[in-house]
Amino acid sequence: MAIKKATRGATPAGNSAATTEQLVEFYRQMLLIRRFEERAGQLYGMGLIGGFCHLYIGQEAVVVGLTACANKQDTVVTSYRDHGHMLACGMDPKGVMAELTGRSTGYSKGKGGSMHMFSREKGFFGGHGIVGAQIPIGTGLAFAHKYKNDGGMSFAYMGDGAINQGQIYESFNMASLWSLPVLYVVENNKYGMGTSVERASASPDLAGRGEPWKIKTMTVDGMDAVSVYEAGLEACAHIRAGHGPVLMEVKTYRYRGHSMSDPAKYRTKEELEKMRSEHDPIDSLRQTLIGLKVTDEEGFKAIDKGIKEIVLEAAEYSQTSPEPDPSELWTDIVVAA
Amino acid sequence: MTTQILMPALSPTMTEGKLAKWLVKEGDKVTSGKVLAEIETDKATMEMEAVDEGTIGKILIPEGTEKVQVNEPIAVLLAEGESASDISAAPKKAEATKEAKAPAAPAASAPKAAQTAPEPTETGGKTQTVREALRDAMAEEMRKDERVYLMGEEVAEYQGAYKVSQGLLDEFGSKRVIDTPITEHGFAGLAVGAAFGGLKPIVEFMTFNFAMQAIDQIINSAAKTLYMSGGQMGCPIVFRGPNGAAARVAAQHSQCYASWYAHVPGLKVVAPWSAADAKGLLKAAIRDPNPIIFLEHEILYGQSFQVPENDDFVLPIGKAKIERQGSHVTIVAFSIMVGKALKAAEALAEVGIDAEVINLRSIRPLDIDTIIASVQKTNRLVTCEEGWAFSGIGSEIAALIMEQAFDHLDAPVARVAGKDVPMPYAANLETLALPQVADIVEAAKAVCYR
Repeated sequence: MAIKKATRGATPAGNSAATTEQLVEFYRQMLLIRRFEERAGQLYGMGLIGGFCHLYIGQEAVVVGLTACANKQDTVVTSYRDHGHMLACGMDPKGVMAELTGRSTGYSKGKGGSMHMFSREKGFFGGHGIVGAQIPIGTGLAFAHKYKNDGGMSFAYMGDGAINQGQIYESFNMASLWSLPVLYVVENNKYGMGTSVERASASPDLAGRGEPWKIKTMTVDGMDAVSVYEAGLEACAHIRAGHGPVLMEVKTYRYRGHSMSDPAKYRTKEELEKMRSEHDPIDSLRQTLIGLKVTDEEGFKAIDKGIKEIVLEAAEYSQTSPEPDPSELWTDIVVAA
Repeated sequence: MTTQILMPALSPTMTEGKLAKWLVKEGDKVTSGKVLAEIETDKATMEMEAVDEGTIGKILIPEGTEKVQVNEPIAVLLAEGESASDISAAPKKAEATKEAKAPAAPAASAPKAAQTAPEPTETGGKTQTVREALRDAMAEEMRKDERVYLMGEEVAEYQGAYKVSQGLLDEFGSKRVIDTPITEHGFAGLAVGAAFGGLKPIVEFMTFNFAMQAIDQIINSAAKTLYMSGGQMGCPIVFRGPNGAAARVAAQHSQCYASWYAHVPGLKVVAPWSAADAKGLLKAAIRDPNPIIFLEHEILYGQSFQVPENDDFVLPIGKAKIERQGSHVTIVAFSIMVGKALKAAEALAEVGIDAEVINLRSIRPLDIDTIIASVQKTNRLVTCEEGWAFSGIGSEIAALIMEQAFDHLDAPVARVAGKDVPMPYAANLETLALPQVADIVEAAKAVCYR
């Protein structure tokens, strides 16, 4: 691959905290998520993925920028728009795709599906299907980090739709009261299913929701991985220093519908097209890398090719792996005492 | 090899749709994300995007075609270096899902007791209230295992709303005995997260009536995640607190939740009666790697029983206890109704009816074997519970006995339960609403045709 090696501590994008190596990695990861999701959408169309399938296309910079701030012992929870988070956590695309197709080789042996996948090994604690329910759980993971004094922190992601659930504020209150090491991330993609933030939230300032609980708040451009990364570094430093939780509102955009069956009539084609053409996180980072002369056309081709192979391999694996054995119906209900 | 573009399913229920409009023509180059066509599904008109890059080699289904089956090839995409002559005719279809019959529940995972250890001896020991026994159980397990902690409203400085956690703050400190805000949904979910994170929380609900605020976290998060994660995400947690009717606190504070939680695979539901039950079962619950619903009873907190002094007295979850041997009728009860059933048995003895009384101890897994063995002997069964009869624990037991011991019954199973009304406040009405000793006596006589 024609990627120029970064010098340690290089500051390629003006005063950016990211090295050129990191920028290339951000690009690679965002592209992996996007290509994976496009392929998942295709498999859904073929009837190989069933039920609900919520794609992350457009929002890639959020999870890629923030995961770059995480340490090994940290934990992550999110909602059901979770494929990007799993890939960013380092989970195997094959196992994720095989779960989407309901195969025995999926992360949940085919018993969880798109919305319910986990990897203790990678610190990914789901994948939760009930809007907002992951936030008390992420707060509890933070509680466990503090209780065990393991130096870890919790990343708890939610959408703008979840922000009006009562349990979010119950969590904010306890996290602040007990100074728990948790980063709350609101991925504001402007629509909770088909209802815009303006139509659902009395105040559109979602970061401001942390203020009554004395939580440090931040608002970040979620279409730029570097901005997200830099904000993440600041947030994590605050949290790891024992100063309690941070609420970060990340302004982002999803290109696809809420789920596969959503025609997205609640927004204009022009709005979508403007985001795609002017604010796409992958295109803009590509331009940055070209401007910095870090990666050339050959380099991008090599990255694209590598990603395509990974995704095709995952798609193939997800179709050739066997369905769960019928005996799996009766396993994993309770742990044998 | 050329790539076929297939008619996509664009909703969970779509099997066919209309190819409303092509937005590309043959010879057009397309990249990932490019809108190719408009498809009318059973719900809406959707745009179909390209996944692969290439050139549209051939459009197979013209626009305006209705009832195009999902997975039917609608166009062919050519990769770099391919031409229209590379297009083969063989259409590729995704494999239909085969229908299969569900296998029978294996004995090990069926909702049944997996009883191996012999019943510990319960004779002798010291006299203790249920309240003290519960506290001792928590204290002993907390001494043993640093991961065990208690959280809930007023459990620490106030020493417990019902004084069950008396003294625990002094011994274990505020790190492990934690007063929460009044925020059931939040702290139940937080504790589930802590359990996923490697701790063993004991969550006290001031009463189980308030746990309804938290029931989504108990069922969707605690009970189901093990299954949904293919066995990765165990949730070792105890939700405990008083359940059922206290006294004169009316409808919102007087309800039995046994059948609510017993309905859910992934939960274990325990309901002790005596102080020995309370101690032995709570210790087992704390050690168990699963989410446990531990249903106590406020009226029982102050009642005294003999409790073995053995520091390691643990009772098996899923095993009932025969409190009184008898040969004419089996009376099954749990929690406070065990005491009432024993009183009823004394009254029945006076009229020559010899009742066997079974204390269920666990609701799920249910020790149906012990009940069947008793019914094989007595041929008559009365179930007792404080909760409503409709979809209640008695209904479940009646169904199981009908399925598994039908030929042993000499009379229909009788259910003694709370009246089918919200709990009234007035003292006389409350007494009428709750199942009493006399109701059990009457039911037992009826099934004995007396």
